[in-house]
Amino acid sequence: MDLLRSQTSQKILIFGLFSGAFILFTGAVGMIAAFHEREVVDRFISLGQLLLLMAPFVTAYYVSRQLSDFDEGKAPLLISGVIIGLMTALPSIILLLFNADEYRFLLDICLRVIPFVAASLVAWRMHRAGAETQTALGIWLMIAFLVGIVTFSFALIFEIKGDLRTVLVNIDRDWVEVVTFDNRNDLMRGIGTLGLVSMAAGLAGSLLYLMPAVPRRALVYGLSVTVLVGAFGETVRLVLQENLDRDTLREIFRRDTLRQNAALALFVISTAAGFLWAMYGSQARARFGDMKTSQRRTVNIIGLVLFVIFMLMLPWLIGRTLSDVAVTIGIFVLMGLGLNIAIGLAGLLDLGYLTNYAVGAYILAVLTSIGPLGLFKGTFTFWMVIPLALLAAMFAGFIFAVPVLRMRGDYLAIATLGFGEIIGKLAISDWLKPLIGGAQGVQAIPKPIFLGAELKNPEQLYYIVLVASLVTLFVSIRLNNSRTGRQWMAIREDEDVATAMGIDTARAKLLAFTLSAATGGVAGAIFAAKVGTVFPNSFTVFISINVLSLIIVGGIASNPGIVVGAIVLIGMPELLREFSDFRFLMYGALLILMMIKRPQGLIPSKIVTHEIRTGVKPALAAAE
Amino acid sequence: MALLEVNDIHTYYGNIHALKGVSFEVDTGEIIALIGSNGAGKTTTLRTISGLMEPREGAVYYEDEDISNTRADLLVSKGISMVPEGRGVFAKLTVEENLDMGAYIRRDSGIKDDLAGAFELFPRLEERKKQVAGTLSGGEQQMLAIARALMSKPRLLLLDEPSMGLAPVLVDGVFDTIQRIANEGVTILLVEQNAHMALQIADRGYVLQSGEVAISDTAANLQQNETVQKTYLGID
Repeated sequence: MDLLRSQTSQKILIFGLFSGAFILFTGAVGMIAAFHEREVVDRFISLGQLLLLMAPFVTAYYVSRQLSDFDEGKAPLLISGVIIGLMTALPSIILLLFNADEYRFLLDICLRVIPFVAASLVAWRMHRAGAETQTALGIWLMIAFLVGIVTFSFALIFEIKGDLRTVLVNIDRDWVEVVTFDNRNDLMRGIGTLGLVSMAAGLAGSLLYLMPAVPRRALVYGLSVTVLVGAFGETVRLVLQENLDRDTLREIFRRDTLRQNAALALFVISTAAGFLWAMYGSQARARFGDMKTSQRRTVNIIGLVLFVIFMLMLPWLIGRTLSDVAVTIGIFVLMGLGLNIAIGLAGLLDLGYLTNYAVGAYILAVLTSIGPLGLFKGTFTFWMVIPLALLAAMFAGFIFAVPVLRMRGDYLAIATLGFGEIIGKLAISDWLKPLIGGAQGVQAIPKPIFLGAELKNPEQLYYIVLVASLVTLFVSIRLNNSRTGRQWMAIREDEDVATAMGIDTARAKLLAFTLSAATGGVAGAIFAAKVGTVFPNSFTVFISINVLSLIIVGGIASNPGIVVGAIVLIGMPELLREFSDFRFLMYGALLILMMIKRPQGLIPSKIVTHEIRTGVKPALAAAE
Repeated sequence: MALLEVNDIHTYYGNIHALKGVSFEVDTGEIIALIGSNGAGKTTTLRTISGLMEPREGAVYYEDEDISNTRADLLVSKGISMVPEGRGVFAKLTVEENLDMGAYIRRDSGIKDDLAGAFELFPRLEERKKQVAGTLSGGEQQMLAIARALMSKPRLLLLDEPSMGLAPVLVDGVFDTIQRIANEGVTILLVEQNAHMALQIADRGYVLQSGEVAISDTAANLQQNETVQKTYLGID
């Protein structure tokens, strides 16, 4: 067993340290303590503790997968899992020691010793380097300098304040309580527990990798379902509330937390389901693949009908709060599908999409409001104004497209960004105040009335969004397969060559901008009707950025991808509300991770997949 | 009657006077070579003819119609097709889709037949018709670019540096193909740095130097011309 072979051991150490740094960082920003408040399973494990376990677990699994290339048998993999667990816990353990009054002298010693260690390290390197290049020496000097500076500043702060806690404010009692697994009063026991639990999690990660595929998949499925339901207990409870009576609900939840029995039952059921799917799923897919085209179509139609029924029943299933989230998601789906015409189909990076949204919202507000700013005081209804909002947004899209027709790529993006800003400033300006109310906005926008009934709840507004999205979806699929779609495709690939093919690029781009703007106007109008008031604060550049991100995360030019992207990027932050500001941290981390691990998006379109790994296979042809 | 007549055109990049009065003619059925060194104005001439740039003075006549200010995309339906420099295939589309795109302006029913014709001319492309164009070799991409330009059924084909970036073996194949296209009645205006190959298949040639036509003669005479030999053919 030569686990110490440099490449393997390096990998284990690096990933272990990485996972340790992750835990330290999340602790230092206060995430662990905040997550501890949310219990995943009642009186068993909190989300904060789960985070402590997940880091070594996932890292060990990932490293085992990488190490299995070296083919050294099972024992080294298990040992690597344990080492990773230890490495994960190590930084937190050190910090725990530094933090405790009786061991503070350790920190004192460290702060005085580290500069010497760094200096000797450099001396040793210089001695060894000898013939090595000067650059290498320079880098080492730099590292030594940085280490020296950092330790020196810590030492200084320590001398002055006498306490690290004033520097790392989140390394507080709560944090200590979580990482020691409630052994705050007996530090050694706490450190031991942390180390052991972390190592066990690492070991479990490696073990999971060594399992046969079917039970592994079943287990992963069961675990993730249980954890997700537990973590989103509040939301799940809201959904179940609609469909279960109080007593049953009380059996499952204690307030918002999953009870232990319920969690166990959920885990068993979902693991069993995962097991069945892992065993027979591929068979089912194979059988579907063997079917005749007509049969396959029948299955597809049945699936589609079930899906439509599900979509129609959704508000009834999920209740008011989540319906509200669903409407917001739907508004962004609408905008995503619209912007996708410009970005995904025609390749025009438009960062001013907010313009269309604002135009739609203000048109509806001004025309239908029964407040002082309403122009017609109720003469116009929601249904009459929707087409007007659509036309107005298209007109705005057209007007803004004309000056930027000759721009490409980055320059186009910056110009459109400027237009978005102009709209934002206009909305808040004194100049337009008599018309659209400046910072006060337009109020008293009536809800839509359908067949005499006022659609005032999110459950009812949901249907408007649903119908609008379906229409847009249909139009954009048809467009993509049309002659116009081909024009855009050619422009996206190469504008000059498109011209050489006889395509009028100016016209095609104008059309793309104009059509893309249309749904933005509708989305804005629905938003205005939903909220009942329109404020300029609602129209910031973040709307444009959000719509762009959901397209990229879901998958450029992929319609199902956009829906999923909207659910993830718009829905998730709504559901994560209880984690307050950390949700933006997670949002950012998710975006970065996505771009590294899955740049083609969650549900990529075929062409984009191909673009990202060029030269693999004839993607388009094979898929038809 | 000349199919294409370029009459004393002056084209500018901002303040840079790139073409200083270039004139030449292309007759129906001819292969004409525009040769010259880097920066002589070959590509600018082609871009001016194809409508991607506008001449500040002078005019371009195609079938006696002034096309100097006609947009590039409209020229395609008039029968002028261009193969841009650096091939410019749609890298993410398949070979077949690229060819379909070439027939974009057409609405007649003969596209299928012409597709078959293109595959006859380039059997290599038929083998790879479901393959994504970006994965083709340089020579195959050049063939695809030419085949795609032919899909619009041009009477005048403008070729910008078809030999650029190709291995010498492939260059022969490309020029061979150009010759065959010309035999089928397509008039060809060829811009080339590889003067040696260009003059071998061309009927007549023009030598561009600093934005002006320095020499014009038949290809055979140009090959014998002392200046041309020294400067462009590398013969002492």
